[in-house]
Amino acid sequence: MAKRTFSIGGVHPNDSKISRECRIEPLPIPPTVYISLSQHIGAPAKPIVAVGDKVKVGQPIAEPGGFVSAFIHSSVSGTVKSIGPRKDLAGNNQMTVEIAVEGDEWLDGIDTSDTLVTDIPEDSKAILEKIRLGGVVGLGGATFPTHVKLSPPPGSKCEMLIINGCECEPYLTSDFRTLLEKGEQVVVGAAILKQVLGGVPCTIGIEENKPEAIEHINKVIADLKKVSSKFDGISVMSLKKRYPQGGEKQLIDAVMHRQVGSGGLPISVGAVVQNVATALAVYDAVQKNKPIIDNSITVTGECFPKQANLLVRVGTPLSYIIDYLGGVPESASKIISGGPMMGKAIANLDAATLKGTSALLFLTADQTARGEASACIRCGRCADACPMGLEPFLLNKLWKADNLEALEKNAVQDCIECGCCLYSCPANIPLLDMIRMAKADVMKEIRARAAAAKAAAEAAKK
Amino acid sequence: MSQTIIWTIAIITVLGLVLALVLYLVAEKFKVVEDPRIDEVEKVMPGANCGGCGFAGCRAFAEAAVKAPNLDNNYCPVGGNEVMSKVASILGYEVKEKAPMVAVVRCNGTCEARPKINDYEGYPSCKVKASLYSGDTGCSFGCLGCGDCVAACKFGALSMDPVTGLPVVDEEKCTACGACTKACPKSLIELRLKGPRGMRMYVSCRNQDKGPAAKKACASACIGCGICAKTCTHDAIVVENNIAYIDSSKCKLCRECEAMCPTGAIHSVNFPKPLDKDAVKARIQERQKRAREKAAAEAAAAKAAAEAAAVKPVENNVKEEK
Repeated sequence: MAKRTFSIGGVHPNDSKISRECRIEPLPIPPTVYISLSQHIGAPAKPIVAVGDKVKVGQPIAEPGGFVSAFIHSSVSGTVKSIGPRKDLAGNNQMTVEIAVEGDEWLDGIDTSDTLVTDIPEDSKAILEKIRLGGVVGLGGATFPTHVKLSPPPGSKCEMLIINGCECEPYLTSDFRTLLEKGEQVVVGAAILKQVLGGVPCTIGIEENKPEAIEHINKVIADLKKVSSKFDGISVMSLKKRYPQGGEKQLIDAVMHRQVGSGGLPISVGAVVQNVATALAVYDAVQKNKPIIDNSITVTGECFPKQANLLVRVGTPLSYIIDYLGGVPESASKIISGGPMMGKAIANLDAATLKGTSALLFLTADQTARGEASACIRCGRCADACPMGLEPFLLNKLWKADNLEALEKNAVQDCIECGCCLYSCPANIPLLDMIRMAKADVMKEIRARAAAAKAAAEAAKK
Repeated sequence: MSQTIIWTIAIITVLGLVLALVLYLVAEKFKVVEDPRIDEVEKVMPGANCGGCGFAGCRAFAEAAVKAPNLDNNYCPVGGNEVMSKVASILGYEVKEKAPMVAVVRCNGTCEARPKINDYEGYPSCKVKASLYSGDTGCSFGCLGCGDCVAACKFGALSMDPVTGLPVVDEEKCTACGACTKACPKSLIELRLKGPRGMRMYVSCRNQDKGPAAKKACASACIGCGICAKTCTHDAIVVENNIAYIDSSKCKLCRECEAMCPTGAIHSVNFPKPLDKDAVKARIQERQKRAREKAAAEAAAAKAAAEAAAVKPVENNVKEEK
């Protein structure tokens, strides 16, 4: 059978996974951590500790600030030094809790042993509550609170759970290493998610450039199936390598051959997608009572002498990680948080890691040079590359004409900002920059309209 | 043969007349009555179609002005009082004279005062840059320097100064249409009163960080210390969110705040003489000293009076005890 992939668009960047042989090593705990209170999509968390409080590893330090929000836990033990604004990696102020580290004392009740717990609790509500209390958010990039995603709106039915092990961004290897080193935990995590969603079948999607991971997970599933029937229905699907396969809607298309409509949610076609790292976090939260206090981060780049996959406590300053590995190399001109396609350039190395930080990537001036933009020759490569079926060249023109109505009609709000258009444009037109702004403006318009409609409906009620 | 020609001419003529009649009737029936004053108003407008008035163009302004019951909400900043008085005379309204305004850039983070901490290599547009991150200097409120305001100005009144890296407003050309204020993603440009003979004062900073952070990012930032607000005798300065703001309608242009500002964030323009900071400072300090002494004397007097008042009841008590 031909290997599956998503049906439209996509590009084939060189995967450059040069850190794939590096085992995940724990990074020593830094002397001070800075834990941001906006580590997820949605409302920032509200601090529940005060300056001077003693905290332990895994102790909640902030509670959700709204429905779409998450708990945040202390990743170290020590004393809260300050709670206030601190610059994040883009230089914008975020509320941050600063904790001076003293020892490494864990909160009672957290199982820190390595033993694999394969008994899966029956009660879905209890599982969801544990996920919520564990501050689990989607670690595939969007950091959407997981418990919200696992509570589908009434009337919708989940038919398949997809575990996203694509890691289609070049350079990143933390999910790959997690699959290899913690495959058992990931599969148990997947089984727990499956349980919450009502025992639906589960597919772990892995791209074909990670054959070791595919083989290992297949073995793990076979072993676990002997232990309990709870693991029936979990399977691995090897996918053709193509960027952005790890995009939620692309992965659903690849695995289920179903397309999520414009503005729709994955649940509208019966799918729930969770990342490999999220499955591991779910395992930790449910089976070990361990909230998200650390995550694995790939530190890589051709110009970086020491490739590494590190297990880093949340809130570790980026400069601490880099110094541990020997400092910023001379030839690096840009440091990116995340992969080269969707990652963000770091403007401030004093910033600290977040739950969703996946990589630190060092690129040279040559690698990041932007060619001079010239006129659009209407070759249509961007439209060919767009995995959402949009026409980037048209959106660019409409944005320049400030035509928000036409932008909305052409579904600019569906853009997933994967960067395929910019990657494929032979004229070096900054398509993504323009579309991102157009999307922001259109979303603002849509939200304003929704708010106005709501207000009107309420007024009509009265 | 000749008959055919005659018939043809006759039929065409009759047809023409009938159709002309139909056209006339239709035109009469669906006639759009337009106020002739709209055209008249449009004629006196500057015709820049800049949108500074809040309407799509001069024609849209003229339509709105004719419809409105007065001219309170409709004002053409480009034409100013001259055009508005013409509009008023056409429409028979009264026009309230407005003091002329001018665009003012409220950032003085020059390359020297506000060193770069990283290089921006993205698309050269302030709006794009602002959507990506806080900027290439330590100040996340200051000018991004890509010149969106310059591109937005239809009158050529803005230009980037290559030395300071900041936009400069040409007062002669600026019409206060407000296009630049909307183009700046950091909202740094403000329309302020032009002031008598062009003299005006303003705080050239929008940094809302606390003092030490602001100072670290930019040597000429407003640190929100509040000295200016304490110095001002006209109640024209408020400090909110660590940033001072001078209300140009209250400011009496005494320049005392400028002399006292520790970072030089308060700017004055078009004053005939340079400010003698030390003299003004000495004068203010002398005044403040006197005020303090007076206050101390008053407090002492009040205290003495209070004591005197307090002594009596004690005497009474003593008496009662006896």
